[in-house]
Amino acid sequence: MTAPSTHTAKPATGIVALLKSAFINALIALVLFSLMVGIRTEAGHDGQLTYWTRFGELASLVAIVFGGSIVIELFRQWIGPTGAEKLVPPAVRNGMSFLGRYLAPALLIFTLLVPVIFYNQRYILDLAILVLTYVMLGWGLNVVVGLAGLLDLGYVAFYAVGAYSYGLLATNFGWSFWICLPLAGILAAFWGVLLGFPVLRLRGDYLAIVTLAFGEIIRLVIINWQDLTGGPNGVSGIPRPSFFGIPLDNSDDGLAAKLGIEYSATHRIVFLFYLILALALLTNWVTIRLRRLPIGRAWEALREDEVACRALGINTTTTKLTAFATGAMFGGFAGAFFATRQGFISPESFTFQESALVLAIVVLGGMGSQLGVALAALAMIGGFELFRSLEGYRMLVFGMAMVLIMIWRPRGLIGHRAPTVYLTKAKAISSDLVKEGHG
Amino acid sequence: MSGDQILGVDRLTMRFGGIVAVQDLSFAAERKKITALIGPNGAGKTTVFNCITGFYKPSGGTIRLSHDDGRVIALERLNDFRIAKQAKVARTFQNIRLFPGMTALENLMVAQHNALMRASGFTLLGLVGAPVYRDAEKRAIDLATDWLRRVNLLDRADDAAGNLAYGDQRRLEIARAMCTEPALLCLDEPAAGLNARESAALSELLLSIRNELGTSILLIEHDMSVVMEISDHIVVMDHGVKIAQGSPREVRDDPKVIAAYLGTDEDEAAAVMEGGS
Repeated sequence: MTAPSTHTAKPATGIVALLKSAFINALIALVLFSLMVGIRTEAGHDGQLTYWTRFGELASLVAIVFGGSIVIELFRQWIGPTGAEKLVPPAVRNGMSFLGRYLAPALLIFTLLVPVIFYNQRYILDLAILVLTYVMLGWGLNVVVGLAGLLDLGYVAFYAVGAYSYGLLATNFGWSFWICLPLAGILAAFWGVLLGFPVLRLRGDYLAIVTLAFGEIIRLVIINWQDLTGGPNGVSGIPRPSFFGIPLDNSDDGLAAKLGIEYSATHRIVFLFYLILALALLTNWVTIRLRRLPIGRAWEALREDEVACRALGINTTTTKLTAFATGAMFGGFAGAFFATRQGFISPESFTFQESALVLAIVVLGGMGSQLGVALAALAMIGGFELFRSLEGYRMLVFGMAMVLIMIWRPRGLIGHRAPTVYLTKAKAISSDLVKEGHG
Repeated sequence: MSGDQILGVDRLTMRFGGIVAVQDLSFAAERKKITALIGPNGAGKTTVFNCITGFYKPSGGTIRLSHDDGRVIALERLNDFRIAKQAKVARTFQNIRLFPGMTALENLMVAQHNALMRASGFTLLGLVGAPVYRDAEKRAIDLATDWLRRVNLLDRADDAAGNLAYGDQRRLEIARAMCTEPALLCLDEPAAGLNARESAALSELLLSIRNELGTSILLIEHDMSVVMEISDHIVVMDHGVKIAQGSPREVRDDPKVIAAYLGTDEDEAAAVMEGGS
């Protein structure tokens, strides 16, 4: 048996060290799982506490952790020194960069064809609409978190404002979707600015906490302002979108009748699909465009170094506010779409979990990368559906997949940054240099 | 003081709680000249800089900036970004503050933010791709290219600023400050960490900024070879007060300055002073 290396600079590689680390991991697992898995408590018939022990399961879990940590450690030593980039062989990386060039157009063409390919599969169309909604939300939040580097944990608030704006304007005044859509965006942006004014002097963790609170405040106001919002009962009977005034229903002046084709419920789904696709692409186009304008460069500069921005005469407050308002506006658009798709909205749809999910999409995708965010939304929403057959283990498998992706690519799926302007050749900037922002 | 001064600092005082970092400091920087602010570590030089560039609000005193067109601006009343935007004072930092994840060219484009914002109709004209904005952007790229050439970084234009060598980053930061087209350029230890050859190149760059563009420069510097070579006027600080000022030659021979730099205690300094006078 080889003695473990005593050098502190070099990680120990001997078999003793291997067993030692596996043993420590197993011990931690034992402590953690002994209460969570080892003892099961339930309320009995008369409300008394009953419990029983499950030492068999506990033992197998600890054994899995022990074996698993040995396998992972061996795997790590086999691949080479730890370090995020080294885990990916160069051949794979070259293939990825080749893929990267054609991935975005290929994905776009595929997306455009989805309703044609899966015309008869309602489930896939619904899932695609859901994925696109999150792509749009991710792209909207990407402006705030990815470009301006402001950690916003309350993004769902703007989604809610957009949804309720359309829901209430449509049900109370009978306004059409196409009038309400810009209004929803403007109102959400207005709330973004309103939130922005007091909180943008905060940075980092403090900003995150206040935005988190703002998200909750909006939800609580919606629950409690019963006269206006219907409280927990929500708003129902929200009109479906029309094809520029022509309803998509079975009536005589519906679109199907006008075109002289047989009515099918799928028409509306396909219409909704292209609607959200158009909205998402608008978000993408505006964001890409803004990045190349002075305001977008100022957002990124703000993420890199706020003090230097001020020294260059950039008004950091208004710059942050515009980022907040732009992100909020896209959230509002997505919210209006959500309301018209569901036909019913209630505060339950706008919990913190939604904010966390959208933020996870942005972080997983690689902050600032449009393609990365789209891929992450596909992976998060689509992947979550993919594991549906695993039932109770869905969250577990999903969580593990996320952890593995973050080990593999700690700066997100697409971590590098593309410059917005160049003299001779645009070179991708390594993610090591790009800052995450601090406020 | 002389009539053609760009910056007049009068009885500037800065206190942090009970600590007086700068006390009753008065000096002037002349137009189209290089003024150096020197002194031992902890003398309060950077504090003065932060007061001039608006990062600190002075506890007392006035700072006046007079532009070529006769406009006089009270800097102590403006806050941070407005000093750079309206009073046209640009600065660099002791510890370089570039935007490391952006290319050298992008760094210089960000510096032209305010001009480009106006040209882009506060984003709206730019969003629809108006020719007005496209022309302005082209001019901005030309200005940035010009500065990259001046600081000898043209071939690194598309590289991330964080990837540049230390000396290159220093020069890029100066170029970035100059891209705001300032009336007064404040440099906080621009030669720190540079080798002799790089220091010489820096001196040349600063002299060309003064001679060709007529930009007034105020600099803090420890590298005496740079200070003595390029400064027109030197102000020496120690413990928050001005102890001497004058031409490089005058300052070099001033016993108080020598005492401050050699770190003698007050009695000895007094003795040196008496001996010298």
